[in-house]
Amino acid sequence: MDRNWSGAETALARRMAGSDIVSVRQFAEADLRTLLDVVERFEGVNDPLLDGRVLGALFFEPSTRTRLSFESAMLRLGGRTLGFADEKISSTSKGESLADTIRMVEGYCDLIVLRHPREGAARLAAEATTRPVINGGDGSNQHPTQTLLDLYTIRRRCGRVNGLKVGFLGDLKYGRAAHSLIEALSMLGNELVLISPPTLRLPERRREELDEMHCEWAETDDMLEAVKDLDVLYVTRIQQERFGDPLEFERVRNTYQIDITIVDHGKPGMIVMHPLPRVNEIHPSLDASPQAAYFEQAKNGVTVRKALLAMLMGAVP
Amino acid sequence: MSNSQAGKQVAALRHGTVIDHMNAGMALKALGVLGVPKEGAALLGIGLASAKMGRKDILKLENVELLPAEIDKLAVFGPQATVSFIRDFKVVRKVKVELPATIAGILKCPNPNCISNFVRIETRFHVETETPLDVRCHYCERRIRENEFVLL
Repeated sequence: MDRNWSGAETALARRMAGSDIVSVRQFAEADLRTLLDVVERFEGVNDPLLDGRVLGALFFEPSTRTRLSFESAMLRLGGRTLGFADEKISSTSKGESLADTIRMVEGYCDLIVLRHPREGAARLAAEATTRPVINGGDGSNQHPTQTLLDLYTIRRRCGRVNGLKVGFLGDLKYGRAAHSLIEALSMLGNELVLISPPTLRLPERRREELDEMHCEWAETDDMLEAVKDLDVLYVTRIQQERFGDPLEFERVRNTYQIDITIVDHGKPGMIVMHPLPRVNEIHPSLDASPQAAYFEQAKNGVTVRKALLAMLMGAVP
Repeated sequence: MSNSQAGKQVAALRHGTVIDHMNAGMALKALGVLGVPKEGAALLGIGLASAKMGRKDILKLENVELLPAEIDKLAVFGPQATVSFIRDFKVVRKVKVELPATIAGILKCPNPNCISNFVRIETRFHVETETPLDVRCHYCERRIRENEFVLL
């Protein structure tokens, strides 16, 4: 791969070697931008930088994209992966504590990726081991590598990650992908439009934090009006289990479905993103549109994770 | 009403400790943490008028001399609190409570899904703002306001 890194990139890679990625909060604004520059360098790179290294993938909750893209990133850089994708097959089902599981696994691998239903589990894991830990999602708190791949996708498509108007549509109450990205975009200086049914609004404490960061934001339940001047529309899945009343769920689900006619209300350059899996928030007719960025987003996950794995394991040129 | 008048609304101590300038509504919680004196009374003043704070709480503990570790715990009940040690009705020493950057082991995270509520670890909260006192859970990163504080 290209070894002509800038001073800022080299300095960031040195600082990140051996460290953890637990939360998007840990990155200063300048570091986020530099990190995206480093990710760009891993585009199409399949060098055996991680030859002989082992990734421990501990997924206490189901995951398809995150787990497979970490595995793909590891394989493409010449490393291997072990782990489990179901809590039932781990010893925690026998009552083992998370910290003990982590201490045991650190003897088997060079880096740990953890997904866990409890918020703060990744922080606890990071403090239990000297191996680098990457948070692959902790409850409804953080999913930092998703945020980085979202930012990377926005930068590739829009050319920048600041001064944009970004709409978030769907479940803004529980969706951790939306929470992490909202935090990062507000820090980087973007205008946000929050579009959700009243029952799934962004929690009050998060709205207050947007004000404290002097972020320009607005809230609406009128999707057609909101999409008019957006650069990015970030759609999230509305989960049935969040609704007590199935009729209310059906009503909300149908009201917040995106199709080509809705996208046509927006600017021609507006991109549509989704962390996937989608159920029916985005009509398949949109998939062929150049404005659909969600499959590219999933693909970018591998590039982002290649860069992070190589940096954390100190294997960058 | 002046501060000294407000202080006199709660009877004077012969020997003991007076914790003044606690945030209004916090005296009972502080008493819960410090415990009722074994050989004496606890006197509380809740929501007293204060020129500096608007409203404040006072807690007087008879025949008790607080230890430094106990004083440190008081910061969560009001970063402006003062602790006076009383002997024969006279203040012999007065210290200001200091709010640490991280509050360890006093509060419980109110987020029911926080990992700290499922495993045996010392809770930790990072102070975000002093007035009003807002903290952030070290683990789940949830921001918690003073009126949401839950004691361990």
